[in-house]
Amino acid sequence: MTLAAPPLAVSTADRAESPSGARLGRVSGLGLGTAVIWLSLLVLIPLAAVVAKAFGGGWSGFWHAVTRHQAVQALELTVGSSLIVSLINAVMGTLLAWVLVRDSFPGKRLVEMVIDLPFALPTIVAGLVLLAVYGNGSPIHLDLYATQRGVAFALLFVTLPFVVRAVQPVLMALDTEAELAAACLGAGPVTVFRRIVLPLLLPAIVSGAGLGFARAMGEYGTVLLLSGGLAKAQVSSQYVYGQIQNYDYVGAAATATVLLFISLAVLVGLDLLQRRAARRG
Amino acid sequence: MSIETRGIVKRFGNFVALDNVDLTVESGRLTALLGPSGGGKSTLLRIIGGLETADEGSVRIAGVESTSIPAQKRNVGFVFQHYAAFKHLSVYRNVAFGLEIRKRPKAEIKARVDELLELVHLEQFADRLPAQLSGGQRQRMALARALAVEPSVLLLDEPFGALDAKVRRELRDWLRRLHDDVHVTTVFVTHDQEEALEVSDEIVVINHGKIEQVGTPSDLYDKPANDFVMEFLGPVTTLGGRLVRPHDLEIFPHHVDNGIEAEVLRLQRIGFEVRVELRAGADEPWAQLTRGQAEALELAAGSRVWVRPLD
Amino acid sequence: MASTAVGSRRSRYGLRAVGLVYVGAIVLIPLYVITYRTVADGWSTFWAAISSDEAVTAFRLTGEVAVAAVVINTVFGVGVALLLSRYSFRGRRVLSALADLPISVSPIVVGLALVLVYGPATGWFGKHLSFQIIYALPGMVLATAFVSLPLMLRELVPVLEEAGDDMEQAARVLGASARQRFVRITLPTIRPALMYGLVLTFARSIGEFGAIRVVSGNIQGSGQTQTTTLLIEDKYQNFEPGTYQLAMVLVLATILAIVLTSFRRSKEDVS
Repeated sequence: MTLAAPPLAVSTADRAESPSGARLGRVSGLGLGTAVIWLSLLVLIPLAAVVAKAFGGGWSGFWHAVTRHQAVQALELTVGSSLIVSLINAVMGTLLAWVLVRDSFPGKRLVEMVIDLPFALPTIVAGLVLLAVYGNGSPIHLDLYATQRGVAFALLFVTLPFVVRAVQPVLMALDTEAELAAACLGAGPVTVFRRIVLPLLLPAIVSGAGLGFARAMGEYGTVLLLSGGLAKAQVSSQYVYGQIQNYDYVGAAATATVLLFISLAVLVGLDLLQRRAARRG
Repeated sequence: MSIETRGIVKRFGNFVALDNVDLTVESGRLTALLGPSGGGKSTLLRIIGGLETADEGSVRIAGVESTSIPAQKRNVGFVFQHYAAFKHLSVYRNVAFGLEIRKRPKAEIKARVDELLELVHLEQFADRLPAQLSGGQRQRMALARALAVEPSVLLLDEPFGALDAKVRRELRDWLRRLHDDVHVTTVFVTHDQEEALEVSDEIVVINHGKIEQVGTPSDLYDKPANDFVMEFLGPVTTLGGRLVRPHDLEIFPHHVDNGIEAEVLRLQRIGFEVRVELRAGADEPWAQLTRGQAEALELAAGSRVWVRPLD
Repeated sequence: MASTAVGSRRSRYGLRAVGLVYVGAIVLIPLYVITYRTVADGWSTFWAAISSDEAVTAFRLTGEVAVAAVVINTVFGVGVALLLSRYSFRGRRVLSALADLPISVSPIVVGLALVLVYGPATGWFGKHLSFQIIYALPGMVLATAFVSLPLMLRELVPVLEEAGDDMEQAARVLGASARQRFVRITLPTIRPALMYGLVLTFARSIGEFGAIRVVSGNIQGSGQTQTTTLLIEDKYQNFEPGTYQLAMVLVLATILAIVLTSFRRSKEDVS
């Protein structure tokens, strides 16, 4: 099966998706126009400016800027730790979702709320909080300051809810009869989970992990304090900020463009995945 | 107040939902738009109500050219299949909505709403929220809400479609009686031929965006204009290559003029009726008899009989 | 709820323990430590830290920027949510994807993007403007509006789609104008979602750090562009007292926001 269709193109499916969708009138047309202009001014044109700046010196200028030693080092750390974090999230997030949906214990509601905290906390505050425990003079003797493990840990913190929140509703809607049927047919708990539950959860797990990955790729505030700003523990966002401070806008824009395209690729990939899952029903 | 549509055409992309539809509904009548789903009947109703615009053609309501009058100024009553109850408003406020929009005095609104709630037997539920009502009650509220503004015509889109069979039957009888009292020109859309036959003064059969036939229920049942109408309005079977109603088949134990010889394949009793399944040459028609008829003929599987359509 | 085909009692306790320890290590211990550090310095230190001139100025600035961003995103969010859920037009999917994009863009990249377009002297538009956007309040509002753009929309679209347009159509045939339909029908329908959207957008806005850091210039004193998050970072880097106390204010605001929006989830559980 090939997926030749361009990902974000307008398809004829548009109309089918909103059966009651009226055609635009005068007021709604004006509203759409205003929204598009605002979105262009706020989001589209500025992001286009980043890409334009990155390629201002042509392809070779861009390539030269992104292959600088520090840029590559930062990008490797960002992509690498984001990938590791997404894998851990996929496992732990599914486990947490399972505990929150299928288990019941006193304080469950509190855990529900605590899960959202890392994501909702201002990033610099999150960074400060992590530093207080896992930085120099850690009260639990776990010093992650200025290490790559520290960066990964910070990313783990901010992306905690993504998989949990993606998997939870799917797990809730899951019919337990299929599991019971499998159990009656002699399947052990692990087999039931692997053969019956996991395939149904997989799209949600991938989608949650993917969104968490995109978030991790762009994280700045949470990582800032724990990484200590040293080159070896610097993520791409920090590198971009450094280049802005040095008025090296081309260098900043080049790495920023790479980040942008990675997020875009993840979003498009997830969209395709979702549409494929939806088509299967 | 009459309704007239002339040359209505409506397309959704390449799909032609309505193809040059001329319809006349006389004042004070209860008319059913009947047809299979996707045939265009709901679209026609929505065009009459102004909720959809036709690509071509015109609508006149009560003699007034209404094609370009927006829905909010047409003064029609519209009842939706899924009630469209205002979930955040009480039953009273739901019914009062149209009057409040028209800025009628409070006292007048109260009198009118009370009167309508009584008419639909919801007077004791005035302060409830729609979520606290059953489906049938919600639909009666929706009806009261539509009637409150004294609409020139009342349009109902599959009004009983979302209800279970028993409530459906009750509401159907009730709508008939209500119409006899209120006499507002009413058009309702249904895909249920029994509902249309039972309730309406006149039936308009619509299929593939076209009107197949217009007439009284008995006209349509007895003198269908074509095979589609015949099939859609009641049970049919094939004898000698043509469509007949199974209850219009006469069975004889002996040869008769114009009779076709047949063999009884199977007898099936359903309550008071007996289905006789036959084989007559290439056809396998079935006939509907009463229990008494079947017993008098002493039918059994394998019996040799002669079948003839009733004139 | 607790009954399941998978897993014995022992494995359930095992999973529960692993999950709770994980959440504890990642969230609860850090939270405990920062609360402890704040409280350990005493109430008077706390009060002094959050009532200093620079703190109060930072709070006020943060509030102004957040309110402006909330207002902008509410107008935009309600409008676009209605367009996406009530109309079909070419590019609907693209609009939806674009409006969702800001969530996945690094805040530093957001800041850079805005500087490149609206920066004084060199920005595409900025060099033609007679007033300053970057290194001033408007730029901070733009940056904040950018990062919190999708939050309102994400709350409203599912609610509007689930409600359908039946009620609005019914109101229309009953004579209600577009404005009356919006005020009397649509608004009451989306009110809870609107409230959640407001809380989430506001919470996100007061916490924005990276994008604001790039576009604000981090100016202290008169013409201050230092918001609360910037002040926290500044104090931390300079080893000044009051860092934890200021951070605690934002922690409490976040917890409040989570508690307020948690009612949404528990309502979903019931239905």
